[in-house]
Amino acid sequence: MADISVELCGVKMASPIIGASGTFGFGVEYSGIVDMKKLGGVSGKGLTLGGKAGNMGTRLFETPSGIINSIGLQNPGVQYFIDNDLPEMKKLGCAAIANLGGGSIEDYEQGARLLDKTDIDILELNISCPNVKAGGMAFGVKADCAHDIVSRVRKCTAKPMMVKLSPNAENITEMALACEAAGADALSLVNTFQAMAIDIEKRKPVFDNVFAGLSGQAIRPIALRMVYQVCKAVKVPVCGLGGIATAHDAIEFIMAGATVVQIGTANFSNPHACTDIADGISKWMDAHGVKNLAEIRGAAL
Amino acid sequence: MPAASFNSKVLSNEQLCSNIYYMRTAWNPSTPAPKAGQFYMLRAWAADEAPVLSRPISLHLFDEKTQTLGFLYEVKGKGTEKFAALKPDDTLSLTGPSGNGFPMEKLSGNVAVVGGGIGTAPLYQLVRELCAKGVNADFYAGFRDETYRLDAFEKTCQGVHVATDTGSHGHKGFVTDLLDASKYDAVCVCGPEIMMEKTAKMAMAAGVPVYVSKEAVMACGVGACLGCTCKTKDGLAGVCKTGPIFEGSVLYG
Repeated sequence: MADISVELCGVKMASPIIGASGTFGFGVEYSGIVDMKKLGGVSGKGLTLGGKAGNMGTRLFETPSGIINSIGLQNPGVQYFIDNDLPEMKKLGCAAIANLGGGSIEDYEQGARLLDKTDIDILELNISCPNVKAGGMAFGVKADCAHDIVSRVRKCTAKPMMVKLSPNAENITEMALACEAAGADALSLVNTFQAMAIDIEKRKPVFDNVFAGLSGQAIRPIALRMVYQVCKAVKVPVCGLGGIATAHDAIEFIMAGATVVQIGTANFSNPHACTDIADGISKWMDAHGVKNLAEIRGAAL
Repeated sequence: MPAASFNSKVLSNEQLCSNIYYMRTAWNPSTPAPKAGQFYMLRAWAADEAPVLSRPISLHLFDEKTQTLGFLYEVKGKGTEKFAALKPDDTLSLTGPSGNGFPMEKLSGNVAVVGGGIGTAPLYQLVRELCAKGVNADFYAGFRDETYRLDAFEKTCQGVHVATDTGSHGHKGFVTDLLDASKYDAVCVCGPEIMMEKTAKMAMAAGVPVYVSKEAVMACGVGACLGCTCKTKDGLAGVCKTGPIFEGSVLYG
C-alpha cells in the first residue's frame, strides 16, 4: 500500500485530504458518514471574533457544474467555537484547522490571540472578507493590504498559520509572495470566485448581496492554474482547492505542487468524497508504483 | 445521531397522478432509524453529473419490519425528473435521516394533521406514529385538483377531511376552511408557505401548539453548510438541522 501520509507545517496527517471550510461544518456533521481518521484534517466553518448571523435571502444557487453561495460567514464566534465545537473537533482523529475571518484587522488579531491559546493544530486565515474600513474591498485583493493583515496576525500567534487566498486577487503570484513574506507558514488556494445569478422572472439578482461565491467543478481548471503558478513562486507548502471531486483531480493539484488538498463542494454531490479521494489516490499510486506523495509532488512544475 | 450515507435499492416507483410519484426503497438497518418529519438527501445520478446537489425528500413511510422507506414526491425540476425515471432494482444514494422530526413526546390526545398538496408527504409517517402510540389523528388535506394517497390516510386516521381548489373532491376551497383548531390538543402542518402560516396563526389564536414542517433548497442536508436557513423569532435557523419542524410561534410569533 502506498504511503499517502503527509506533514503540513509540522502537523502529521494520515492523508493529504482536508474537509474545506464552509462545506464540512466542524467535521462532526459528517462523522456518521466519513471515516475521519482517513482525513488529514478538517477546516471548520469560517469564524469571526463576535460571530455573525449570516446573509438574508437566497444563500444557495445551483449552476451547471457548481454552486454559488452567499452564506455570509454565519458562525457562532471564536469564543463559542473554542468552548463548544473545538473539543468535539479534537475527537475526530484528524487535524483541527480553525478558519478565521474578520471585518477589521483588530478583529482578526483578537481572534488569533484567542485561538493561539487553544489546541487547534493550524490556523487558516481567510483574507477574502470585506475590509469594512476600506469600503468593503476584500483584504485579499491587493497584495499590500494582505501583507499588512498577515504580518499583524503573525504577531498574535505561534500556531502554524495557513493563509487562504482569494482567486479575486489582482495578481495571484504577487499575493502569494506578499503573504509568504508577511510570515505565512502555508498558503491555501483558492477560495470561491465572485459570481452572480439573475432571476429573470423577478428581473433582479438572485442574491441580496448581488455577488456571491462560485465553487465546484466549474472553477477547477482555473484553481489548478493558480495553484501551479503559486507553487512555482513560493517556498512554503501549498494547500490546493477549488472543485476537486475525484482522486484524479487531487493528483493533478499535487503534481502542480500542492502538499495537501481540500475538498468542498464535492462533499455535497458525494458525502463520501473525502475518503473516496484518499482511497483513490492510494490506489493510483499502487498501480503506478509510487510509494509516497513526495515522488509526485510538483512533478508537473 | 449523525446522518449516515448508503446506497439503497428501488423497490417500486409509481406515478400516482400528473406529477406525483411514490417510491419505495430499501432501508439499511445498520443506519439510524428515521422518524416522522425527518428527511433524506436523495441522489440517483453520478457525483459528477448535474444537478450538482442531491435533493432533500421527506420521509413518507418507514416500515421497520419490511425495512422499507417510502418517498412521496412531486416532479418539479431536474433532480425529481431523474427520480421519476427510476425503476425497481435501480440504485440511489441516501444520506440521512436528517432533521429534528415531529416532537412525538409533545403530541397526545387529539391532533389535527394538516397537509397541502405534496406537503402531505411527511404527514403519512406522522399519522402512523401517532396512531401507534394511541393518539387520535384527524387528517385535513388540501389539493389543487387531483388527490393522492388518501386511501392510505383513511386506513390510519380517525377522520379525513378533504378540500380542493376546483371542488373535484370534498370541500371546494381552502383546507383551512375545514379546520377548527380549538378542538385539538396540537396541530401539525406541512404545505405551501401561505397555507402553513394561516394554519399556524389559527392554532396560535386558539392557544393550541402548532408544529410546522418547512421546505428549503439544501446543499449538504446535514447541518454543515448553513445554506438552508429560514427566519425565526430567534434569528436565522438551519432548516436541515434545527428544523425542518419548527413551533409555529417561533416562525410566526
